[in-house]
Amino acid sequence: MISNTSERVVAGGEEAESAGSGPPPLFLLPVQIVLARLVRHIAVRRPSLFNRIGLHRSKQFLIVPTNLPYAMLLQPDPVRPTLRAVPKQWRDYDARITGTALTLLAMIDGRSDGDALFFSRDLRVEGDTEAVVCLRNALDDLDGSVADDAAALFGPPGRMILSGLRRIRRERSDT
Amino acid sequence: MQQRDTTILTRPNLVCPAGTPAALRTAVDAGADEVYCGFQNATNARNFPGLNFTRDELRESVAYAHDHGARVLLATNTFAPGDATGLWRQAIDDGIRCQVDAVIVADIGVAHYVATRYPAQRLHLSVQAGASSPEAIRYYCREFGVKRVVLPRILTVKEIKAVHDEIPCEIEVFIFGNIGMMAEGRCSLTNYATGISTNTDGVCSPAHHVHYVEDGERNLTTMLGDFTIDCFAAGQSAGYPTICKGRYFAAGRDDEYYAFEEPRSLNLTSLLPELMRAGVSALKIEGRQRSRAYVQAVVSAFRKAVDDYLAGREPELDSLLALTEGHKETQGAFGEKRWR
Amino acid sequence: MRAKLTIGPNLFHWPAEEKRDFYFQIADEAPVDTVYVGEVVCAKRTPYFEPYYDEVAERLKRGGKEVIFSTLAEVMIRRDSASVAALCALPDAMIEANDASALWYLSGRPHAIGALMNVYGEDTLSFLAGKGARNFALPAEISAATIRALAAKGGELGVGIEVTVYGRVSLALSSRCYHARAHRRTKDDCGYVCELDRDGLELRTLQGKPFLAVNGIQTLSHGCTNLLREIPELRAMGVTGYRLSPHSKDMVAIARLFRAVLDDALSPLDAAPRLAALGPSMPFVNGFYHHVEGYRWVEA
Repeated sequence: MISNTSERVVAGGEEAESAGSGPPPLFLLPVQIVLARLVRHIAVRRPSLFNRIGLHRSKQFLIVPTNLPYAMLLQPDPVRPTLRAVPKQWRDYDARITGTALTLLAMIDGRSDGDALFFSRDLRVEGDTEAVVCLRNALDDLDGSVADDAAALFGPPGRMILSGLRRIRRERSDT
Repeated sequence: MQQRDTTILTRPNLVCPAGTPAALRTAVDAGADEVYCGFQNATNARNFPGLNFTRDELRESVAYAHDHGARVLLATNTFAPGDATGLWRQAIDDGIRCQVDAVIVADIGVAHYVATRYPAQRLHLSVQAGASSPEAIRYYCREFGVKRVVLPRILTVKEIKAVHDEIPCEIEVFIFGNIGMMAEGRCSLTNYATGISTNTDGVCSPAHHVHYVEDGERNLTTMLGDFTIDCFAAGQSAGYPTICKGRYFAAGRDDEYYAFEEPRSLNLTSLLPELMRAGVSALKIEGRQRSRAYVQAVVSAFRKAVDDYLAGREPELDSLLALTEGHKETQGAFGEKRWR
Repeated sequence: MRAKLTIGPNLFHWPAEEKRDFYFQIADEAPVDTVYVGEVVCAKRTPYFEPYYDEVAERLKRGGKEVIFSTLAEVMIRRDSASVAALCALPDAMIEANDASALWYLSGRPHAIGALMNVYGEDTLSFLAGKGARNFALPAEISAATIRALAAKGGELGVGIEVTVYGRVSLALSSRCYHARAHRRTKDDCGYVCELDRDGLELRTLQGKPFLAVNGIQTLSHGCTNLLREIPELRAMGVTGYRLSPHSKDMVAIARLFRAVLDDALSPLDAAPRLAALGPSMPFVNGFYHHVEGYRWVEA
């Protein structure tokens, strides 16, 4: 699976080159491995997520945390889901979702309303709006949170980081 | 005064939205008396991608609700076009097999099917039926044995009271959510711009016809199909592109203006006691397309507010503002007639 | 069966004498079978034209036209209810229902169903036919496939199926008056500003694209429906009525064109440019019929 993912990176990089984005820098390599593990872990634990995505399973979602050095490209295919780090200028996508890392976490967490985040302009959506709405709805049907799944994957340190992030988010939204 | 007033309040049902099974459980846990939801097809008026229930999900969800003392209402509230009535009959059959507590319908043909095929089934008349006068409501009660009508969001509290006194069924009114400017069930604006019918396909402003265009300065243009619905300056709160909430130019007027209404949400928290006194049996929260977070926040806030009023306490009206569209709220027609 | 050509209810608030003269001209000169009379949009307008009902109906009947009274589409307050009740109480009159409150009175006796009632499916059609509905004007937004199914069912039940083939169509109704709003007024204090626009008030998008037309509480399409070239197909489906929705155009000339096409005296292709010459201010649309965006024009 990891080798499949890296093949996709190469293939995507070639496509993207013609669109003006270069291949991902080397420092993303450890991130790639983590993301690939993460998405497979979620696919196994949460088959309903991918069922709900239905026709949009082959779409490429570019998730751009404004305050991180890279973006993430998600293809929620139930059989071979991929999630990988790409440069933020990546152009080969169906839909792009942009927001601060905390805003994106709030949405994935199911603790903040995607619509409200959009209305307040904290979240920016471009491209295939229906695919984003569908992904949002699918994520929302999960009890607990994908973020918890992700944290659990990395054991106690993961959980600590997540609760730290959530604390920051709460403090920010209080002010 | 406050104490004496509250003695005549009857406990209304809090009717809450669920777009997914997780949202349904969230609504039940947050204190909903009733939850409404629909199948994953055109038979309900929130036919959005990734939303709604499969038959199995509905069965499990009804069981969850019943275990927790809540009821489930199945929205089959769109109109069956031409000879495609099979899908609507199937939805009714499936829902009743899943033991839903009531079905909500708008189409006369669908109402007739329920009334003749399942005479014991509790039937609610959807807001999509657009029954806004006592005669119209009495018609549906007489012909199909409707037990509750969802009133359009166009009447004042005083008018609701007057309707209540003239009809033989319960009244449900919207208290919070996206406020529609147009009479529900009678709007083809989306179809005119996108080729998709709100009445028969179950979608208003379908997402795959929605486009957000942001320029270099973060000014946002929202579009539905080929039509610009609104523009927002950087940092300004935006709205989903809904035709009746857009800005336009009118002939003979030189400014762009909200020709129908500004993007706002309905919030009737402060009118709750009046609505309860007007004889309203059920208070409905809009938003099956909204998230679990929204359901959790809105349902618990209204649960608390209703319980406080019933107990004679003045509730602290937590601000539900952040969840409202465009961050503005209105009492719409409910508060005063001048709104029209 | 001879196809009926009809004049639908006048959706606009023209000065009462102007409206009266319009009906007189239709009565005397237009080759139409049925004329629908009555205020369907706003009960506040009713007192202006109501005094002319008898005179107009009389003249239309003398001109060989069947007269049907159309009821208000949105019935909310007592004034609205009273207006519907009064029409439904007219002795020996055929009434077209545009809202369920009219059905409360009409169910069980012969009546018609208006284009603002939601009759989309055959089950609804059958139920209402069983309660006395004799003619159904179908909603504007339905497509050819749906019309076909309903026309077949209508034929089976022996009821008329009518399709709007000309005019701006109703896209929405509201409790709020958008004509008043455009003039910074409210519905209660409207000053009857809707009288200023004979065919509705045009709305353009922020980019200047014509989109909609406001008519009091009603929102209409900016485009004018034109199903002239679809008439042969509609006839083959078994559609019995062809409705022209009144505009401040030469409706007699427009009626003559449609009559000629219905009688096979003129081909739709020959009639099309002549119709265009009569109504240049509004673009023609037929998207709903062809199951695409309603504002589109599909070359048949």
